[in-house]
Amino acid sequence: MAAPAAIALNGLCHWYGTGAMRRQVLDGVNLQVAAGEVVLLTGPSGCGKTTLLTLVGALRQVQEGSVQVLGQQLNGAGRRERQQLRRSIGMIFQGHNLLRCLTAEQNVQMGSDLLPGLSYRVRRDQAREWLRAVGLGDELNKLPHDLSGGQKQRVAIARALAARPRLLLADEPTAALDSRTGREVVELLRSLAREQGCAVLMVTHDPRILDIADRLVRMEDGRLMEAERPSLLATG
Amino acid sequence: MVGLWQSRRIPLSLLLLTRQPVRLAVALAGISFAGILMFMQLGFRDGLFDASVTIHRLFDADLVLISPRSTSSVSMAGFPKRRLVQAMAAPEVEGITPVHWNLLLWRNPETRGTRSILTLGFEPNDPLFTDPSLAPKARQLTQKGRVLFDEQSRPEFGPVAEWFKAGRTVESEIAGKRVRVAGLVGLGTSFGADGNLLTSSETFLDLLPNTPPGSIEVGLIRLKPGSDPAAVARRLQAQLPSDVTVLTKQGFIDFEQNYWRTSTSIGFIFTLGAAMGFVVGCVIVYQVLYSDVSDHLPEYATLMAMGYKLLSLLGVVAREGLLLAAFGYLPAYAAGQGLYLLVRSATQLPVFMDTSRAVTVFTMILVMCMGSAALAMRRLADADPAEIF
Repeated sequence: MAAPAAIALNGLCHWYGTGAMRRQVLDGVNLQVAAGEVVLLTGPSGCGKTTLLTLVGALRQVQEGSVQVLGQQLNGAGRRERQQLRRSIGMIFQGHNLLRCLTAEQNVQMGSDLLPGLSYRVRRDQAREWLRAVGLGDELNKLPHDLSGGQKQRVAIARALAARPRLLLADEPTAALDSRTGREVVELLRSLAREQGCAVLMVTHDPRILDIADRLVRMEDGRLMEAERPSLLATG
Repeated sequence: MVGLWQSRRIPLSLLLLTRQPVRLAVALAGISFAGILMFMQLGFRDGLFDASVTIHRLFDADLVLISPRSTSSVSMAGFPKRRLVQAMAAPEVEGITPVHWNLLLWRNPETRGTRSILTLGFEPNDPLFTDPSLAPKARQLTQKGRVLFDEQSRPEFGPVAEWFKAGRTVESEIAGKRVRVAGLVGLGTSFGADGNLLTSSETFLDLLPNTPPGSIEVGLIRLKPGSDPAAVARRLQAQLPSDVTVLTKQGFIDFEQNYWRTSTSIGFIFTLGAAMGFVVGCVIVYQVLYSDVSDHLPEYATLMAMGYKLLSLLGVVAREGLLLAAFGYLPAYAAGQGLYLLVRSATQLPVFMDTSRAVTVFTMILVMCMGSAALAMRRLADADPAEIF
C-alpha cells in the first residue's frame, strides 16, 4: 500500500498521576490504521480507549512509545505542531459540543474556516453543502437549541468533515442517540468518510453498529487485542 | 479591503454577546454607568477649574507680570510698576496696562451686609479686556468714586443690576468709602470671586490708601503681531530683576488653575470620583467576561481540539471586550451630553463635552474592557481539549 498509514502506534504507554498514585492506562499498544480504513475500538469502560483517542488526536503529550499520525511523529511534538496537525483531524464527541450561539450553518463554517485561502462565500457555500449532505439542508439557520439530538450530532459530523480531515476520531458518537438514529448517523459518517478517503477511528460501546467497521479492535486493561481479522483490506 | 472582506470569519465575539441579551444588557448598563460617572466627575472638575479663570481669560494681554509672592487670584501681592515700564524697552512690546487687583468689602445697598468682591483698578484709557464694549463704559470711570459693576455677580451683592437698569442711582460703600455705580459689565463669577468690580486706579488707591506708591498687582503687556510670546517672556524674565514673574497669558491661566488643582482638594475629590467609576466598571466587565468564558469553556476547548490556535481564541475574548467598550461608550456619551446641559442650566458652571474629555473617557472605558478581557482570558488556560472526550 503506497499511502502512509493514517495511524501507526508502536509500544505506546501512558500513565496518569505521579509517585505512588501513578497508574498505567496504556501498556504497549500497537495499532495500524490504513488511509481510508474504518476501525472500531471497543472495550469495557476505563480501559484506556479515550486516552488512546486523545493521544492520537494530538490533544495530549505522548509519554512513551511512537505515535505516527498522518505521517507525523507525535512523541516530542510541540504545542504548535500538535495544533497544526489537529487541523487535519476531525473530531466527533459524545456530546455534540456545538457552539450554542451559532446557527447550524455557522457551526459548520467554523470547520471550513480552518481551510486556508478560501473566500468567505466559498467557505459558507461549503458549509451549506455539508449540511445538505447530512440531510439538514432545511435547518441551516436553526440554533443547536432548536435541533434534536440526532440533528445536532449530524451537524457535528458536518463540522468535522468541513475541515476536510484525513482522519476522523469519534468517541461514542451514538451514546446520546436512540438506536435507529444512532445507526443512521454512523452510516452517514462512514459513507461520507469513504467519499473523502478519510480514515476513521471510532470508540463505541454500541453493539448494533459494529458491522459498519472494516476492522474491530478490542481493548482490555490498556492492551489491544485484534478481535476480528482485518476483513476488507482491499478497500481504498 | 476586498481581501479582508473575503478572509472574514464568523463574527464569533459579536454572536457570543448578542445571543445572550440579558448578560449583554447588564454589561452595557455597567459600562455606561461607569462612563457616565467618569464624564460627570471629570466634567465637574474641569468645569470648576475653568470657572477659576473666568477673569483671566478676558484680559487683553500677551504677557502678564505678577509678583513671585502671589499665589492665586485671592492673594495677589504687589510688585513695582517700574518693572512694567522697563519691559517697554523690549522692541516687541506694543503696549502695557498696569492693573491693581484686590478683594474689597462691598456693602449690599439693600441689606447693608458686606461681602468681598474682586476689584480691578486700571487707567480708564488703557485697554483691559479683549471685549471692545468695555472702552466706552470705562470712560465714565475717569470721574472719581465711580465703579462698573459685574451684572453676573452673585445675588448676595444686592439688586445692583436691577436697580441700575430701572434707572435708579445705585450707591454703596467699599471699605467705608462711598462709590456710585456708573455702568454694568458682564464678566462672570469664579472660584475666588463671587463678584467683580472695575474702577480707575485713582479710585482704587483712594479705597485702599495703604497701597505702597508705585505698586501694582498685575501688569498686562501686549506684543506686536507676529512676535513669539514665549520667547519674549523668557528674555524679559532674564532681563528683569527677580521681584517679578513674567508669564504668557496661558501661563497666567495655568498659574491660577494650578493653585486650585494642587493647593485644594477639589482636583483630588473629583479625580477620585472618576477613579471609582473606573473601578466599578472594571468589576462589572470582568464579572461578565469571566462568567462568559467560564460558561463557554467546553466550546472553547472544542475549538482548540478542531485546530484553532489559543491566540485566535484569546482574540475572540479581546474582541468581546472591544465591542463592549464601543457599545457601552455610546449611551454614556449621550447621557453625558444631557447631564452637562442640566448642570449648565442649574449651576452656570462652564461644563461642556470637549473632545479631550470624550477621548479620555473612551480611553478609560477601553482600558477597563481590555484589562478585564485580559484577566478573563486566564480562564481560557483552563480549556483543556483533552478533557472534552
